[in-house]
Amino acid sequence: MNATELANNLHEKFGELVSAPAEFRGEISAKVTDSERIVEVCAFAKKELGFDYLVDVSSLDNCGEDPRWTVVYHLYGIGSKQYLRLYVSVTEEKSELPTVTTVWRTADWHEREIYDMMGIRFHGHPDLRRILMWEGYPYFPLRKDFPLAGKPSDLPEVAFSKPAPLEGGPFVTVSGGKDSIEREPRVRTPEN
Amino acid sequence: MAQLVWLCPVACMKNTQEFGYDSRIEGDVIHTTVDAAINWFRKNSIWPMPMGLACCAIELMATGASRFDISRFGMEVMRFSPRQSDVMIVAGTVTYKMAMSVKRIYDQMAEPKYVIAMGACASTGGMYRSYAVLQGVDNILPVDVYVAGCPPRPEALLDALMKLQNKVQREPLVATLKKPGPALAKA
Amino acid sequence: MAEVQEITVRDTAARAQTAAQSLPPAEDLQDMQGEKMVLNMGPSHPSTHGVLRIILELDGEIITKAIPDIGYLHRGDEKIAENMTYTQFIPYTDRLDYLAPLANNVAYALAVEKLLGIHDKLPPRCQYIRVICCELARISSHLLGVGCFAMDVGAMTVFLLTFTEREKIYNLAEALSGARFTTSYTRIGGVSRDTPPGWCAAVRKFINEVVVNIDEVETLLTRNKIWVDRTKDVGVISRADAIDFGLSGPNLRGCGVNYDLRKDQPYLCYKDLQFDVPLGEVGDCYDRYLVRMEEMRQSVRLIHQCLDKIPGGFDNAPKEPVNVADGKIVLPPKNKVMSSMEELIHQFMLVTQGVNCPPGEVYFGHENPKGELGFYINSRGGGTPYRMKIRSPSFVNLSILSHLLPGHMMSDTVSILGSFDFVMGECDR
Repeated sequence: MNATELANNLHEKFGELVSAPAEFRGEISAKVTDSERIVEVCAFAKKELGFDYLVDVSSLDNCGEDPRWTVVYHLYGIGSKQYLRLYVSVTEEKSELPTVTTVWRTADWHEREIYDMMGIRFHGHPDLRRILMWEGYPYFPLRKDFPLAGKPSDLPEVAFSKPAPLEGGPFVTVSGGKDSIEREPRVRTPEN
Repeated sequence: MAQLVWLCPVACMKNTQEFGYDSRIEGDVIHTTVDAAINWFRKNSIWPMPMGLACCAIELMATGASRFDISRFGMEVMRFSPRQSDVMIVAGTVTYKMAMSVKRIYDQMAEPKYVIAMGACASTGGMYRSYAVLQGVDNILPVDVYVAGCPPRPEALLDALMKLQNKVQREPLVATLKKPGPALAKA
Repeated sequence: MAEVQEITVRDTAARAQTAAQSLPPAEDLQDMQGEKMVLNMGPSHPSTHGVLRIILELDGEIITKAIPDIGYLHRGDEKIAENMTYTQFIPYTDRLDYLAPLANNVAYALAVEKLLGIHDKLPPRCQYIRVICCELARISSHLLGVGCFAMDVGAMTVFLLTFTEREKIYNLAEALSGARFTTSYTRIGGVSRDTPPGWCAAVRKFINEVVVNIDEVETLLTRNKIWVDRTKDVGVISRADAIDFGLSGPNLRGCGVNYDLRKDQPYLCYKDLQFDVPLGEVGDCYDRYLVRMEEMRQSVRLIHQCLDKIPGGFDNAPKEPVNVADGKIVLPPKNKVMSSMEELIHQFMLVTQGVNCPPGEVYFGHENPKGELGFYINSRGGGTPYRMKIRSPSFVNLSILSHLLPGHMMSDTVSILGSFDFVMGECDR
C-alpha cells in the first residue's frame, strides 16, 4: 500500500474531516479540518493504517492570516515504509488543541517545544511546561512578531536576557516575494 | 623584594650549556625572587576547569588527547570540580539559560582564578546573534584570554594557555600576600 | 591577628544517645521509608556529554524519578534560519551535531535540493563524494561515542585510542574543506569544491588503518568482564517502547527494529551499494555498543565500495562535474562571471537573494550517526525559508529518559547516557 492509497483510505473513513490528499515532491499531505478531532484521526492512522512512528510535530505561524497557527504532524509506518503529513489549523483566539501523547508518547516533548516556542497549548498533556527556554520566560520566540535579537527580560536567580546587537534587524531577502524586486534584501523587522 | 638562596641538586648541573650562569664560577646556587620561583611552579601546573558547552569542547578534548598533548604543560588534570581548578576554560556558546550556572561555578572557584574564553561564541556570542545567546561570556565573568576561532585549533588553545602562563609568571605574588585579603581586612 | 577560638567537643556517647532518643520507637522503623534525596546531575558534569541537566530522585542508590532538563544550549537556530538564505544557513548545520558535521551538511543540502526537486538529479560524482563524507562522519561520531562511553564507565584508554583515529579524520576533513570539523562542505546543488588530489588515496589508507583500531577497541571492551557487567541488561528498551518514543538510529536498531533510512528511503547512491544493517536483540547498553561497532565496519565497507566505483576515479581526470549545471542554483564558474552577462546576473541573484525555491513544504529525513536528522522546510518562494524545523535525533532520544531511568541504580545513569550517544548541540539547536 503506498502513501496515496493509505491517505485515500483515511479520507474515505473520515469524509469531510480529512481532505483529499495532495502531493508535492513525492510527499502526501492531508488537512484535518477540525482540530478537536485530531486524536481520532491519529489513532485510526496508527492502528488501522500502520503509521506507528511519529516522526515530528511542527508548528507554523501564518502571521497576518487567519487561522494563525498550523500544526503539522509527520507520520511514518515502519512496516509500510510510507510517510504521511497531516496538518491542522488553529485560530489565534483559541490557540489550543488536544494532545496526541495518548497515541504516540514521543509527542510529549515535541508538543512541549511547540508550546515553548509558539505558545500553542495542548490540553490533556501530562506536563506542559517550557522545555528549551527557562520557566518564567515571558515570550514565545518563534512567533513572527518576536524579533530575532530578542527582548530584555529578567528573572532574578534564574536567568536574564538582553537584545543581541543586530543594529536594527537582520538584513536579508524576504521570503515569498513574487519577483526579484520584492525579494531585494532589506532590513527585516518583525513588522514585515 | 625578598632574596632567596636556592640550593639546586648537583645532578641537574651535568650539562655545560650556557643558561645564565656557569656553575663552575658561581657554584651550584641560583639567586632568584620568591615571586619568580613560586610563579614558575604555578604556571607549569595550572589545572583547568573545562566548561565545555558546545563544539569547542570537542577541540578542548582533542587538545587533551594524544596529538596535541596538553599534559606537556601540566594541564591534563581536567577536574570538573571548581574547588580544585585554577583556570576555567569556557568552551562553547553560553546561553542565557546556562549563564547563571557558569557564574555560580566561577564563584565557587578558589582564588587566584583565571578565565579563558575559547572560541567566537564565548568571546562575543559568535555567529549566534539571537534571543537566547549571551553575547560574550565577559558580560558575566572577567576574562583573561580570548581565543578566536570557530572552533579554535588546539594549537590556538595551547597558545592561549601559554599566554596565560606568561600572565601568571608576571603576577606580583608576594606583594599581594603581604596585604591582608578582604576577609582578614575587616577584622 | 591570631584569635583563640573556643571549640567544644561533645562527648560522642552523649551525642549518640540524644540522636537515638529522637528516632521513633524500634517497632516503627521497619515501616519508615527512607527519605528520598533529590540529586541534581547538573548542566556542568563530566558524564553528561554536554549541557544536560537531570533531576534525579533517589531512594538510596535506586532512582525513583528522573526529569531531564534541556535547553542549556538552545541557540535559536530555527529563528536564525528564517532570517538567512539557504546557503547562509549551512555553517549553522555544522554545529548541530558537532561530532559529524559532514553528515549534517549533506542532510541539509539534500533537504533543500528535495524542495527544488533536484535531489535525485545530482551528478554521480557528487553523490559518491557525499556518501564518502557521510560514512566518514559516521565513523568519526561512533568513535567518539564509544570512546566517551568507555571513558565515563572508566576505561580511559579507549578514549585516547579513538581520538587518535579521529585526528586522522580531521586531517582528511581539513584537506577537503579547510576546517578540521565544522566543515560547511556541501552547497545547494553540489559540493563546494572537488576532492583535492591525493585525497581519495588518503581515505583508502585511513580506512585500512581504522579497522585495526576498531579491532583494538573491541579486544579491550567487548569481552571485558567489567564492561559486560556494567552494560549488559542495563537500560533495556523494548521494541514497542522504542517505536512509540520515536527513537532512531543505533538506539532503535539496538532494540531489534530494522529501520535504516539508507535502506528504507534510499537517497544519494545507497541503492547501488551493498551493506548490512546491524540489529541488536535485547535493547540494552551492550547491544547499542555492539551495533555502533558493527556500523563502523559497515561504513568502512561502504567507503571501500565508493572508492572503487567513484565516477572520474580518484583524482577526477575526466573532470566529471560535482555540481548541478544550473546557473540559478549553483554559483557559476568565476571566469564566466567576469566575462559573461548571464552568469554575472546569476551570481548576483544567488548571492543577494539566495536560491529561489518554489513555494511548498518538504520533509527530508537523513540517516545521521545519531539517528534520523530531519529538516522540515516550509517555503513561500524566495531565498529564505518561511519556517525550518529541525527534527533532531538527540531531542527525541532523550525523551525516553524519564521513562527509562527509574529502577536503575545511580551509576547506571552514566552507562545509559553514554550508550545513548546524544549531543546537546543537536538536541537544543
